[in-house]
Amino acid sequence: MRQVFRSPWSKAFVFLLCLLPLVRLAVGFYRDDLGANPIEAITHGTGDWTMRFLLLTLAITPLRRLTGQPDLITFRRMLGLFAFFYGFLHLITWAWLDKFFDPQEMWDDVVRRRFITAGMLGFVLMVPLAITSTKGWIRRLGGRRWQRLHRAVYISAAAGVVHYYWLVKSDIRLPLLYGIILAVLLALRLVFFVRSRQPAPQPSKKTSV
Amino acid sequence: MLIVTSPRIRSSEITPKSVYLNRRRFLAGAAGLLAAHPAAAGAKLSAAKSPLSTDEELTDYRAVTGYNNFYEFGTGKTDPARNAGSFQTSPWTLSIEGLCHKPKTYDTDQLLKLAPLEERIYRLRCVEAWSMVIPWIGYSLSALLKAAEPDSKAKYVAFESYYNMRQMPLARYAGIQLPYVEGLRLDEAMHPLTLLAFGLYGETLPNQNGAPVRLVVPWKYGFKSIKSIVKIRFTDKQPPTTWSLQNPREYGFYSNVNPEVDHPRWSQRTERRIGEFTKRKTLMFNGYAEQVASLYAGMDLRANY
Repeated sequence: MRQVFRSPWSKAFVFLLCLLPLVRLAVGFYRDDLGANPIEAITHGTGDWTMRFLLLTLAITPLRRLTGQPDLITFRRMLGLFAFFYGFLHLITWAWLDKFFDPQEMWDDVVRRRFITAGMLGFVLMVPLAITSTKGWIRRLGGRRWQRLHRAVYISAAAGVVHYYWLVKSDIRLPLLYGIILAVLLALRLVFFVRSRQPAPQPSKKTSV
Repeated sequence: MLIVTSPRIRSSEITPKSVYLNRRRFLAGAAGLLAAHPAAAGAKLSAAKSPLSTDEELTDYRAVTGYNNFYEFGTGKTDPARNAGSFQTSPWTLSIEGLCHKPKTYDTDQLLKLAPLEERIYRLRCVEAWSMVIPWIGYSLSALLKAAEPDSKAKYVAFESYYNMRQMPLARYAGIQLPYVEGLRLDEAMHPLTLLAFGLYGETLPNQNGAPVRLVVPWKYGFKSIKSIVKIRFTDKQPPTTWSLQNPREYGFYSNVNPEVDHPRWSQRTERRIGEFTKRKTLMFNGYAEQVASLYAGMDLRANY
């Protein structure tokens, strides 16, 4: 497993996998296969995948601990950057195809529509994280400060859930599902944190770093 | 503007196109056999042209019958077309009751014969800021209401949709109270534009569009145009309506199309006509101001949204 995760091929493979939702939307649009309202399909598609990539990114740390596969970390930055990438596409879809880059309309939406405010907050918080995702920035900020900064992703993901929840008219199943997954992922972190503060773990138990 | 997404359906669960086309052919054949029965799904309905029609370009048939809000069959736009196929709409009864002299229960055949059918090409503006142009077939609701002879106390008309969990298992996820109910003021209901529709595009209503009989109120947001009606009742008080029960701050009783009054969560100034890339300006009363504005003379449309 270790070799698999460390191989450059697996990274390339995951990279291509992450592009699939975009390819599907692009091909669907080109072939007029996105239904009666293709622009809505693109907006929903990019928004959904932003949320999913955020949750995938946040799942890496708990998965490393639970599966004892610390090498999963190799994928975290890429998944996080894909969350940002789909979030950016989502934002552009709104600005272009919904608002046609009309600054007044866009500003009105951001300040007056609370679901847009929440979505915008989620996206804006991802910007510094995307910028400081490089090794150079980790060095410059120092691991501890970098880590603290990148906890903003929790707020970003929560803002994404709220954005979606405030958008739907009556069927809240999907935003609720995302919310529950997020809550579980954050709760696991709390468990790990509390455990790490407890005195020495039982020697018989295999520890994972 | 985007409202609801449907649960993801695996591609393996979707009927391949060749299969469903075959099914259509089969159904078309079946419809041919049943042609003598005008209520059969997809049967031809002939109708006279109406001067109330718009000459705007029609929205594609596939969009009209494939992109629907009918929460009893799922909350995604493509859910109703996928799930309403087995909906039994025959036999069907519609009862007219309440404050009137001649309450009566009709079946579909009786309803179809009550007045001459007209084709009315109307704009439809959804509260979600998309719109279509649809060639409906039906007659003014007033024909049916007059036959019931409402008494002098009748001020409103209440409508109720069919509801049966056995036929509509996905309704449990709708998130709205069912059966779906709607209402109009009596003068709105009697307005010649208010249509009782039985068909579209020259055939009887597909199930997902509200078979066998629905309302079309073209100057109001689409959710006022209640589908699959089983009951019409004259009342003296303003009847409850589904979406304003669900969220009274966002959906009012009147729900007239009005670009000046935003939905709390999104602007109503513009709309996306299905099939178009850019957005259009939304028109007051969905472009029917000349015919209907007088109904609301002196009323504060911001307060009565």
